[in-house]
Amino acid sequence: MSPALSVVLCIVLLVILMIVGGLLTWVERRLLGLWQDRYGPNRAGPFGVFQIFADILKLLTKEDWIPEFADKPVFVLAPAIMLVAVVAPFAVIVFAPGILITDLNIGLLFFLAMSSMTVYGVALAGWASNNKYALIGGIRAVAQMISYEVFMGLSLMGVVIIAGTFSLGEIVERQQSVWYFAYQPVGLIIFLIAGLAETRRLPFDLPEADSEIVAGFHTEYSGMKFAVFFLSEYVGMTLISALIVVLFFGGWMGPFLPPILWFVVKTAVLIAFFILVRAALPRYRYDQLMELGWKGLLPLTLLNLLATGAVVLAIGK
Amino acid sequence: MFPVFYVAGLVALVSTVMVVTRRNPIHALLYFILSLVAVAVIFLDAGAPFVAALEVIIYAGAIMVLFIFVVMLLNPGVALVIRAREWIGPAILSLLLTLGIVYSVVGSTIKTMGISATTPKDIAMALFGPYLLGVELASLLLLAGLVAAYHLGRRIEREAPARGASLQPGAPVGSGAPSSRKEGA
Repeated sequence: MSPALSVVLCIVLLVILMIVGGLLTWVERRLLGLWQDRYGPNRAGPFGVFQIFADILKLLTKEDWIPEFADKPVFVLAPAIMLVAVVAPFAVIVFAPGILITDLNIGLLFFLAMSSMTVYGVALAGWASNNKYALIGGIRAVAQMISYEVFMGLSLMGVVIIAGTFSLGEIVERQQSVWYFAYQPVGLIIFLIAGLAETRRLPFDLPEADSEIVAGFHTEYSGMKFAVFFLSEYVGMTLISALIVVLFFGGWMGPFLPPILWFVVKTAVLIAFFILVRAALPRYRYDQLMELGWKGLLPLTLLNLLATGAVVLAIGK
Repeated sequence: MFPVFYVAGLVALVSTVMVVTRRNPIHALLYFILSLVAVAVIFLDAGAPFVAALEVIIYAGAIMVLFIFVVMLLNPGVALVIRAREWIGPAILSLLLTLGIVYSVVGSTIKTMGISATTPKDIAMALFGPYLLGVELASLLLLAGLVAAYHLGRRIEREAPARGASLQPGAPVGSGAPSSRKEGA
C-alpha cells in the first residue's frame, strides 16, 4: 500500500472512529432502554438520534474548568494520552483485504503495548486532579488494569501458537477454514472478560463507581476534557470488539456480503454484546474483582496455553 | 532511516535529563516513560520490532506503572530534594561511563546498526536454543523473587490473627495456606 493511501486511510479512520464513538453514546442508551423495558432518548429526531448533537452542543458550551489545586500540565495531558492510546491500535487492525494501515509483523504486540499505555491516562487523571475520590479511582484503575493486562496478553497467545504469527493480517487469513473461536473458546472468554476490565466497563467499572467515589478518576473533569474520556471509553470498546472479530471470528470473512460489511456487522454484534453485559450484570466488589483475576482467570489462562501448546506440538501442525 | 534515529535519540536524551532534574516525582516519572518509549522507537528503527514492543509493554506499560502507583500512594510531594554532596559519587561513576562511550564513539569501534529485521521467531529460537540455560536461570531468579514477595506479604497478614497461630503450636512457621489461618482466627 502506498504511503499517500495510508495517510488518507488514517484520516478517514479517525473521522469514522469519532463518529462511531458519538453514535455509540446514543446506541448504548437506546439498547439499555430496550433491555430495561423503557424508551431511552426518543424526543429529538427519529428514534432520538439527534440526541447526539444535543449532547455535543452541551459539552462544547460547558465551562472547561481546570481546578486551582490540580497539576495543570498533567491534568490536560491525561485525556490526550487516553485517546491516543485507544485510537493508535486501529493502525494494525485488518478491516478487509487490502484495507489496513500497516501490517506490522508484531501487530498483536503493538495492540498490547498501546493498551498498557491507557493505564497512564486514567492513573494520571486521578493523580493530577488532586482530589481524594479521583485518586482512589486512579489507584483502583492501576491495580485493576495491571492485573487484567497479564492474562489479557496471555489469553491471546493461544491464537498466536495456532496461527504461528503476531501479524493480524496473517491471523485472519489462517482462519479460512475454521474460525479460531472453535479452537480457543477458553481464550475467547478470558479475553472478553479482560477486555471488559481494560475498558473499565460494567461490571468492572470500579475506577468510576459512581455510587461510592462520585465519578472516580474523572470527577474533576468537565466540558471537552470529560468528553474525551467518554469518547475514549466507546472507542476502546470498539477496539476490543474489532480485535475479537479479527482474532476469533475470522475478521472480514463471510459469504455473500462484501468483506468490509462482514467486519462491521460482526463488530457491531460484539459491541451490542458488551452493552448487554452492562445491562445484565451488577458491579463486582473490588476484592472479588482481584480474586477473580489472580486466582481464577490467570491459572485458567496458563492451563489453556499449556494445553494449546501440547496439542499443537502433538499434531505437529 | 537516520532522521528517525536522531529524533528519537534526541527525545531520549532530553527526557532523561528531565528525569533527573524534575523536583516533582510524577513529572520525573512521566519523562522517564517518554525516554523508554523513545528507546523503543530506536529499537524499532534498528530492525528489532519485537524488542521495541517488549520495551513498551514491560518497562513503560508495567514497571513504570508500578512506580507511579507507589508515588500515588505515598504522595511525597516536592519534598524530595537531594543535596549537592549526595551527587558526587554517582556523578564520578557516570563520568567514567560517559568517557567510555565517548572513547568508543571516537575510536569508531562500534559497527553501524544492522538493518535486517529480527523476527520474534529468531529471538525465540535463540532463547530456547543456545541460551536455554540463561532462560532457566532467569526463571529461577523470578521464582525466588515471587516466593520472597509472598513470604514478606504473609508476615504482615500474620500479625493480626496472632491468636490463630498459637492454636497450632506444632505447625512450623511457613506451613499452611494464609486462607486457612484466617478461618482459624
